[in-house]
Formats: sequence, structure tokens, C-alpha cells
Amino acid sequence: MTPEPQSHVPISLKVNGELVTAELPVRLNLVDFLRGDLGLTGTHIGCEHGICGACTVLVDGRLTRGCLMLAVQANSTNVETIEGADASGRLMVLQHAFHRSNAIQCGFCTPAMLLSAAELLRVNPRPTRDEIRDWISGNLCRCTGYQAIVDAIIEAAA
Amino acid sequence: MTRVFPDLVGAEVPRDRAKRLLAGRGCFVEDISPPRTVHVAFVRSPYPHARIREIVSGAAATAVGVIQVLTASDLEYVVAPWRATHDRFPEMRAPEQIALASDVVRYQGEPIVAVIGTTRTLAEDACELVEIEWEELPQIGDVAAALSPGAPRVHETLDDNLFFETSIASGDAEVALAEADLVVERTFRFHRHTGVSLETRGILADYDPTEQRLTVHQSHQTPHQQQDLYARLLDLPEHKVRVICPDVGGAFGLKHHLYADELVACAAAVLLGRPVKYIADRFESFQSDIHCRDHEVHARMGFTSAGEITGLVIEDRFHAGAYGQYPRSSVAEGNQIIRLTGAPYRLGAYRADLKMAFLNRGILGHIRAVGHPIAATVGEALIDLGARELRSDPIELRRLNYLKDADFPLTSAGGVVFEKLSFDACLNAALSKVDVASFRNEQSELKARGVFRGIGFNTFVELTAIGPEYYGEGGQHISAQETCLLRMEASGQVRAYVGTTDQGQGIDTGIQQVVAAGLGIPLDDVEVISGDSVLSPMGGGSWGSRGAALGGETAWNASQKLRSNLLAMAGFLLQKEPGELDVHEGRVTNPSTGATHMSVSEIARTGHFRPYTFPDDLPTDLTVTARYASRGRLFLAGNGIQVSIVDVDLATGLVQPIRHLVVHDCGRILNPLLVREQIRGGVVQGIGSALYEELYYSEHGGLLTGSLADYLVPMAPEMPDIEVAHVETLTKTSELGAKGAGEAGLAGAVGAILNAVNDALVPTGAILTEVPLSPPRILKAIEKARRP
Repeated sequence: MTPEPQSHVPISLKVNGELVTAELPVRLNLVDFLRGDLGLTGTHIGCEHGICGACTVLVDGRLTRGCLMLAVQANSTNVETIEGADASGRLMVLQHAFHRSNAIQCGFCTPAMLLSAAELLRVNPRPTRDEIRDWISGNLCRCTGYQAIVDAIIEAAA
Repeated sequence: MTRVFPDLVGAEVPRDRAKRLLAGRGCFVEDISPPRTVHVAFVRSPYPHARIREIVSGAAATAVGVIQVLTASDLEYVVAPWRATHDRFPEMRAPEQIALASDVVRYQGEPIVAVIGTTRTLAEDACELVEIEWEELPQIGDVAAALSPGAPRVHETLDDNLFFETSIASGDAEVALAEADLVVERTFRFHRHTGVSLETRGILADYDPTEQRLTVHQSHQTPHQQQDLYARLLDLPEHKVRVICPDVGGAFGLKHHLYADELVACAAAVLLGRPVKYIADRFESFQSDIHCRDHEVHARMGFTSAGEITGLVIEDRFHAGAYGQYPRSSVAEGNQIIRLTGAPYRLGAYRADLKMAFLNRGILGHIRAVGHPIAATVGEALIDLGARELRSDPIELRRLNYLKDADFPLTSAGGVVFEKLSFDACLNAALSKVDVASFRNEQSELKARGVFRGIGFNTFVELTAIGPEYYGEGGQHISAQETCLLRMEASGQVRAYVGTTDQGQGIDTGIQQVVAAGLGIPLDDVEVISGDSVLSPMGGGSWGSRGAALGGETAWNASQKLRSNLLAMAGFLLQKEPGELDVHEGRVTNPSTGATHMSVSEIARTGHFRPYTFPDDLPTDLTVTARYASRGRLFLAGNGIQVSIVDVDLATGLVQPIRHLVVHDCGRILNPLLVREQIRGGVVQGIGSALYEELYYSEHGGLLTGSLADYLVPMAPEMPDIEVAHVETLTKTSELGAKGAGEAGLAGAVGAILNAVNDALVPTGAILTEVPLSPPRILKAIEKARRP
């Protein structure tokens, strides 16, 4: 027998280390849940179809597009957003390098760019400029020429 | 005598605001949600041209979560219509525009019905329940068809589709071309694109009927302009309208206009008396943001056999879309093209014709570097073609024809005043970094290995910091003057309230440097407050590269006023003449010994709490304002050159930029760290224009590139590192001597890439004159050259 379709599903997950439980519409995107329900507005929405990367968060340690994942799929996971990563201090070296290099203009892509850069440095602590450019190929920045971002990541890796 | 400025003016200071953004603590419009906020979603026209027979919205109005459904008739007594007129161009046609279409839609994406719901999701759900009975009308999608006799009309009230036409001439260009030894002639096509700010347009409007108070948070470049527009169009007292531009996620010119959907959000707030939020989604952005370019330019340039340019004739065919943009109107892009093409050169005679049509397309208007990339590309491609025909060196041909230092000041053939430009200096600086002779060796070696590499040069003129005469004479309420208010607190620390806005360029930091340097206090003792029509004195916001030149100069003037008061007060307290005193690092000092007499905070404390200490006739104001408005000049012209080196893959038609150099002259640079990356950002957008970005429409007028998967923007891996160097020719029209820098990157990159691609393709015989240089276009050109 086919079960009745459900409009809402209860979920329980950790967001930035805090336990969160909620009963959510199944069609709600993860990024809309994080921003709208939890007030974590550091994660941004740029295209809602997985191209611009502005909604990038970490789900169980993996870089994830918050617009391509339903909130209910995050049940039982650990989600980290820019707010958590910033509070933990783990981005500090990158943040300083981005600031000094002016690797940021409007700042809309920046939280996702930092999370991507931190993940790159975790898996590849001494990346080349080409490796950096390749790694951030899923993060659109419309203001800078990308060069200062590459410079900042190189500086943070040094 | 040139004034010597403190080192802080010109220092590489990182931005304060960046720290907050780097911590995820930015505050963009969508992040603001006051209690009782409701959300708007729009039913937009799927057709480029159609009559609305009937709108059935009953099911939407009663759907779950729907507060109200609005159509044109609901807004009739709430929002006034508008016309995009410009009194400098009285013959330009400006049909009436209204917030929601009532009987005929004239472009795809035109808003028709606004559904207001408790959430955006529910409002969108209800949009799907709105039924509209349509009568499709013939749609006009290209300029030639629109201007042909008997064409179906975009506006029934007009007798044809002509939007505007004008012509400028200097000498008899036809005679000059007839007498030339060589005439090169080409038709150039620049396809349509748009700004693609990463944060889409967005607005949160709240209305308190008890006080007639409208408070708007908007992702926008010009808060005072919007305050004026909302007051007039909604018939509200202007001093009760407040427009706040919080953090703005990129703007690039697409956020300094009035948009019908944003006005509807304000009207809905007035009707409902509660906060109404509208955030465009990406598809709506591609459909309804201001578009730009979409020009066809026919051009002929004559040369003597020695290489001197004898004359230039251009004809630009262009359009406004369905209406002129408001409030600036849509002539400027064409106007810049006819004024700037060939501008770096002694042209002999010149004629330029501009003809603009109405089309059943979204509104076309001002995006970053309005007209500049096209003007520069056309002129510089013709120079390269001329050099090819004359078998001369394209660099020497440029040098031969450049306007020389001795030519300045002059009024150009296009009618623009050039105070002093630095073409030779910029070219020489570029050649000191790019060794063309060794490049040519490398090029032929690579060719032997099947790698087709090319180099392209593009000299450009950049019009910045527009003066008040353009929109003042135009009759628009657009401020080109700036006012800065400085408020010294009792601590001696200063708040600077300015009318320019900061969308990431960093002008707040530039002004912070100017104020700190001008007062003689530490940088950290100054905070700049911008983007709020209540807090800041009236100003123009940020567009057209005006921040440093106009906002910076205003802030300098204000700092000198406050400094003069501080010195008068210190002089009284110390019983010395103000001329015997200096202010440095927050201390009043003896200028010859550097010895400290007292701190600035001591003066401020005395001024605020023991004002009776000073005599009545002493200037003791610690809050001062200063104003700066230029007079008698439309623009401050800057200039520069870009050099691009690219590889073209003959098998795939793909272009890979290898190296890119910019030499730029924007006068005094307030902060090179910020200017460099702003220029690089412009170059990347220019490479996007040259290689990737294009809005495609189907033959039925439907947009085919409505997502970032279809409309390609430059990402990091395809972009080269970009070298930036500067020449500094100060304008003498201001104390600081700064000109603008925001257009340069985009202005010069497109032509540099085009010329580099054509240089790489010399062995194939192919010459391209159509951008973006997509792989199919390149492959087709190569194929055509192979089989003529």
C-alpha cells in the first residue's frame, strides 16, 4: 500500500553544534530553513539552482549547496554555516588574509567563498594558484577579479 | 602650486566594513524581517506583446496565506504613472508607464498581478491560480524590423517605433573618407547582456498611516533619488519617506533605476499599512533587470598612406526595449558611443549617427561603463584593421594618431571636453611591461606547434563624475552635487555622513581616509555613514564613477572647514595664531618642532561642555557641512590602455585569456588597494562581455537564458591574473584631483580581447566583429575565411 503523501516531516539535526528539532514542509530548501527559520542570514541565496554557490554550507563536513538540498534531507546531520565557522575561530587566518588583500567587495559571495577556501586548505594545504581557481570554480564572485581571492588563499596557506 | 596631501590619501588601507561581511554579519535587504512582514510575488507576462482581455484572480485571492491580490485598477489612485523624459533630448519619445500592466503588455516579464501572501512560497503558489485571457499581438524583436515602414507598432499611441535619433559632426567626414588613401569599413555587433549582481534586486517597504511615514530598505545605489521618486509617485510628504540602502550585494548600475515591481511593493505597503517584502528571483532578474548593449555599429575609418586618420563615420543602431528607463531615460549608451568612438585620436573629420527604436523587449539602459566598451572596441578594431591593410605596426599607428599632450585641453570631435589625457604615457607604461617583439617570436613558435596566440591593445577614454548640468538640464531629480556632514563627538572622534553609497567599491574607506587626513586625526577615529536618506545630506549615491571625485572632494572640503574651527579654538585656548598650529594624529602641534600643545579631544570636550570658554565671534561649530558641485563640465575624462593575450583553439573555437594588463589614469588615487581590485573586477566583467555573456531570445521573443546555467558569467578558472598599473594625471578642477575608476576595467577589456582573438586568427584569415566571441561564431568565421 502506498503511504499517504506527507506535507510536513519532523526532523532533528545539529546546526553549528546546537540541537534543532522542527516539523518542516517537505518542499522547504535547506538554505531557506537556515535563513528563514533559524535566522542564520550569513548564508546567502544567489540563484536557487546550484550555480552561484552563495548558499554553500557544510553538511556532515561536506561542502553542500543549500539550495539543492531539502531541509528534511538534513535530518540527523551536522550542519555548519558561516556563523558557526566564524565563532569557532577556524576561519580566522583566511578572514584576515581576505581583509588585507581586499578579496571582498560587496561581500555577498564571501561567507561561501570562505567555507570553500577553508575546505580546500584542509584537503590541500599548499595549493597552487591554478588549483585554487579550479577549487572555487563553483563560487561566483561578480565584484572582484578573483585575483585578490586567490592571493588571500595563497597567503592563508603560507 | 600643487597641494601636498598627507600620506593617508593614497594609502593601501583595507576596508572596515569588510570585517563584518567576512564574519557572515552582513545585513542585506532579505535579512531584514520586521514583525507582520508579508511577501509579494508577481504574475508576469509570458508574451513579449499581447493584449490582456481578462484577469481572473478569485481563486488566488482566496488561496491559503494570501492577504491581497493587486491589479492595475487597485493601484490607480495609489501610484501615479511616469514618463522617462530628458529635456536635453526633447524629441525623445517617452510613453507613459504604470506600475502594473492594465491592457497591453510590451515585454516578456512585465508585471501584471501582484499577489501578497504571508510567505513568498504561498504567494507564488497563488500566482499559479491567476488566469489571464490573452490576445497575442505581433512582436518586434530587432531594430531593423522595428524601423521598417509599416512595421507593427510597440506603442499604438505613436505613429512608428522610432525612440530617438541624433547626429553629431565635426568637419565633413564624407569628403575626408573620399579623399583617404585607405578606408576600412566594418559592421560590429554587440549582443545584449545584463549586470547579474549576485544579490538580486530587493526591497522591504513599511508604511505607518498614522504618520504617513514610508520606510524603505532597498538594495539600491541611490537612496535620495528613490526617496524623491516614492514621495512623488505615491503622493507622500518627502520628509516622511526614508530610503535605507543596507549592505548591497553588487549593483553595477542595474540598481540605480525605478522598477515597477519595487514600486508595487511600496504601494502595497501603503495599502496594507504593514511591511511588504519583494526579492527578485534569478529568473525574474534576467527578465526584468535593466539590460544593456545590443548595438549594431557600422563604421568607416579613413587613413592616408602614411597612416594618419583622415576621418571616421559611425552609425549606431540601438533600442530602448519597450520603454525608456526611469528616471534617467535610455539615450545615454548610444550618446556615449557617438561621443567616444575614436576619442583617443586626432580624427580629422567625424560624423556619428544614432538611431534608437522601441522593441518588445525588456527595458534597456545604464549598466556599468555605459557605451564605453562599444566605443572603444569599434575605434580600436578599426585601427588594427587599418594597420593590417597599411602593413604598419598597430602600436605605431596608435602612437602616430593619439591626441598629444600639447593638444590638451580640447573639445573632442565627439564634443566632450578633455582636460588632459595621457595616451602616450599609458602606452609607454604598457610597453614597459609587455615585450611585443619577444611576444611575436613566441607567437610564431607556438603557431608551429598548432597553438594560436594573439595580442590585442585597446586604448580607451572613460567619462566619470558627471556634473549637475546633464540631469539638471534634463529635468530629472538626480543629484550630481554632494554634501558631507562631519560631526565631532566630545572624544574627538568623527562621524562623516555622506551621500555616496558603498556597494563594495570601498568609497566609504576612501572618504574615511580623506577626512582623517584632512583633519589630522587617526583613521580609526573616523566612521563613514552612508546609504540612508534620513541620516545623510542629499547626495547622488554611487554610479558613473563619482565616489572619489565628487564624494571625496566634498569630504575634503568638510574636513578643512572643521579643521579651521579646531585651529581657531585651539588658538584661543593656547593664545596663539591658528597659523602657528597644526593638527596631527589627533594632537594640536607646533608645525616646526612637532611638539604637542593639546589633544583634539580636549578641544572637542571644551567645545561641547564648556562652550562659554570661547568668545561669541569665534567659529566653534564641531558639526559642519560642506558641499561640492562642479560647474561647466559634463564629465571628468580619464583614460587608459588594456593589453590582452589569448589562445584560440581552432578545433573548438574556445578562447582562453592568458595574460591581461591594464594601465589606467584616474588622477589621484585615494586607495590603490581598492582601485586595483575594482579595475580587475571590471576587466572580468569585460571578459564576460567579450566571451560569454549574452541574453538569447527565441524567434517568438521568449528569453532562452533565464538562469545562470544558460547565461554564462566568468568564474575563477577561466580568468587570468590581471596586472594593473597607474599613470596619475590630476584634474585641476578639484583640490584632490581625483577622477573616477569604476568603468575602466569593463570599458577596455572587450576590445582588447576582440583584437587579441583577431590577432591570433591572422593565419586563418578570419576577422570577427561580433561579441560575445562564442565558439560557434569563431568556428563559423574560420570556416567562412577558408571558403570565401
